[in-house]
Amino acid sequence: MLEIKNLHVNIGDKEVLKGIDLVIEDGETFILFGPNGSGKTTLLMTLMGFGNYTVTEGQIIYKGQDITYAPMYERARLGIGMSFQRPPTIHGLKTSHLVRMCGQGRDVDVEGLAKKVNFSNFLDRDINAGFSGGEIKRSEMLQLMAQRPDLVLFDEPESGVDLENMALIGKTARNLLDGLAEGCTMKKAIKRSNTSGLIITHTGHILEYVNADRGQVMYNGKLCCEANPRDILDHISNHGYQECLRCLSAETGEILDLSSFNEAS
Amino acid sequence: MKKIDLSQYRADGATETAIEDFSGFSAEDKERLLFAGIDVDNPSDSGAFMHLNHSGVHCKTHREGLEVMDIKAALEQFDGLPDYYWQLVDKDKDEFTKAAHDNLHGGYFIRAKAGTKVTEPVQSCLFIDKAGISQNVHNIVVVEEGAELHIISGCATAHGAKESAHLGISEFYVHKGGKLTFTMIHNWSDDTAVRPRSAGVLEEDAVFLSNYVLLKPVKDLQMYPKITLKGENAVARFNSVIVAPEGSYIDCGNRIEMQAPNTRAEIIARTLTTGGTIINRGYIGADAVPARGHLECKGLILGGGRIHAIPELDSDQDGVELSHEAAVGKIAQEEIEYLMARGLDEDEATSTIVRGFLNVDMEGLPKELQDAIEQQIDELDAGDAM
Ligand SMILES: Nc1ncnc2c1ncn2[C@@H]1O[C@H](COP(=O)(O)OP(=O)(O)OP(=O)(O)O)[C@@H](O)[C@H]1O
Ligand SMILES: [Mg+2]
Repeated sequence: MLEIKNLHVNIGDKEVLKGIDLVIEDGETFILFGPNGSGKTTLLMTLMGFGNYTVTEGQIIYKGQDITYAPMYERARLGIGMSFQRPPTIHGLKTSHLVRMCGQGRDVDVEGLAKKVNFSNFLDRDINAGFSGGEIKRSEMLQLMAQRPDLVLFDEPESGVDLENMALIGKTARNLLDGLAEGCTMKKAIKRSNTSGLIITHTGHILEYVNADRGQVMYNGKLCCEANPRDILDHISNHGYQECLRCLSAETGEILDLSSFNEAS
Repeated sequence: MKKIDLSQYRADGATETAIEDFSGFSAEDKERLLFAGIDVDNPSDSGAFMHLNHSGVHCKTHREGLEVMDIKAALEQFDGLPDYYWQLVDKDKDEFTKAAHDNLHGGYFIRAKAGTKVTEPVQSCLFIDKAGISQNVHNIVVVEEGAELHIISGCATAHGAKESAHLGISEFYVHKGGKLTFTMIHNWSDDTAVRPRSAGVLEEDAVFLSNYVLLKPVKDLQMYPKITLKGENAVARFNSVIVAPEGSYIDCGNRIEMQAPNTRAEIIARTLTTGGTIINRGYIGADAVPARGHLECKGLILGGGRIHAIPELDSDQDGVELSHEAAVGKIAQEEIEYLMARGLDEDEATSTIVRGFLNVDMEGLPKELQDAIEQQIDELDAGDAM
């Protein structure tokens, strides 16, 4: 599904991603951990194609196609979908209208989908106008359900969400990844879908809902410590990101500055 | 603002005979009228009025308690309408008011009698289809105690009506507990000069809602309607959507004076230039408290043009609550990218945002009219600017 090769990304003059290699297979969900400021969001934004993120080296291959410099809408049309953490308000654009447009020409049962994320009462409101943190999450989920992406990018789906809504968000994320659309028969559901995911999490709550096979830690613009996401999470909760630092040093032979590590953990 | 030389225009002679039904209009004229808010194929069940060039040509009402008359007939029948005629607008204000006073062509007198609630909008239309003329009209609207009325006032020029001028005096009287919704849609040509002069007064518990739509080019338009909230609990709200393509010069705004306690005022203007000039004024003043007022002028510059926003708030009252929000800018890249991430290309994203920006909720518009407005906004997208 996705292959990232030696990706270097600048924001302005600052190099934030310093050589990322990552492969995500069809139907696979990949979990990204890492301390604040390490570059996780940057990776997602770069994959989606945001203007401020300049690829200086490397390649992004999606479904066999080089999209390193493709415009954002082309990536969306090819099936990459992203949930925004702080989406802008667009006055005069009704939520229902945007959800319909997310279908990219396909018929969308806006009301039916909205019911699933408990969002029916918001359809008539301008998109993101005064939405609370949890409401933004549900609105983003709703748009993704209409969009039906093949590769879903989630940036901290659990942040700012209360427990009850976490279950809702978690289940919806799972449905998106498992392709359990409404009206799906069990038979179809058993057949594993091809939808892939790339999820950033600090708390790991989302792991209770989605089937994630692999994970890695982003540290200072590089990936390290590939393992089962639950093991990574356990590790981080017990030892902080110290282990990653060691592992990254071993991999690259670099001596990493311990003071920056202390700050990060 | 360019000076308008009234001597350039013929103010006499373009008299027209009565038009019983509108089916005789060409498809082209019908479209111009529809874009000015008048659906001639679906006449209103409440009433309809049309003034063409220098003559009133159509005047019908189907509702008890609702009068729709030519202003000249009304002046005659009601002894010169001493309570209403030239009571709010000063006839000596400028050359345009003088011209309308000295050489009146017509206009409407629409009155909802006490307690009459007219739900379907009355359609009124001021149309110019001859080149080089000036049209001097005077409109008076009276909503008596407890009555409700919605007027759609469409002003348009036909395709061939080159170099014409429209001078329109309007006076609005909303009595105790009355409610007037006044929707005005302009559909001029790029060589029309327009000088409306309007004012209104609201008594206790009265409500005035004004919607104004200008999406097509106009050479030179200047207006600054004023509403005075005389009675307690009176409410005035103005919504305007204004688009200025290259060549348009528009100087307009709204003024609300709050002279009684517990009054509310709101002015919301969305302006968009794709090459023209828009001076967008707004004034809310309060001489009594409690009073709450909010003024919002938002402008988008898309591919050239100028927007000059002049919001003003004025009060000497302790405890008054007046606020304003003004912005002139471009479309935020962040908003474009948000939509592009959902699969819209840059042009689609831009026009979606512009549509949203211009989509001010206007209460009580009939579906045909709403559709016509949306269609025009969609057609804006076809221009080079977006
Ligand atoms: N617009 C920007 N201008 C300058 N620096 C930026 C900008 N956006 C991000 N950065 C920097 O890039 C680095 C990586 O940021 P990024 O948002 O990718 O981190 P993150 O791993 O998602 O962190 P968090 O866990 O806090 O969300 C940080 O040092 C950040 O300050
Ligand atoms: Mg982040």
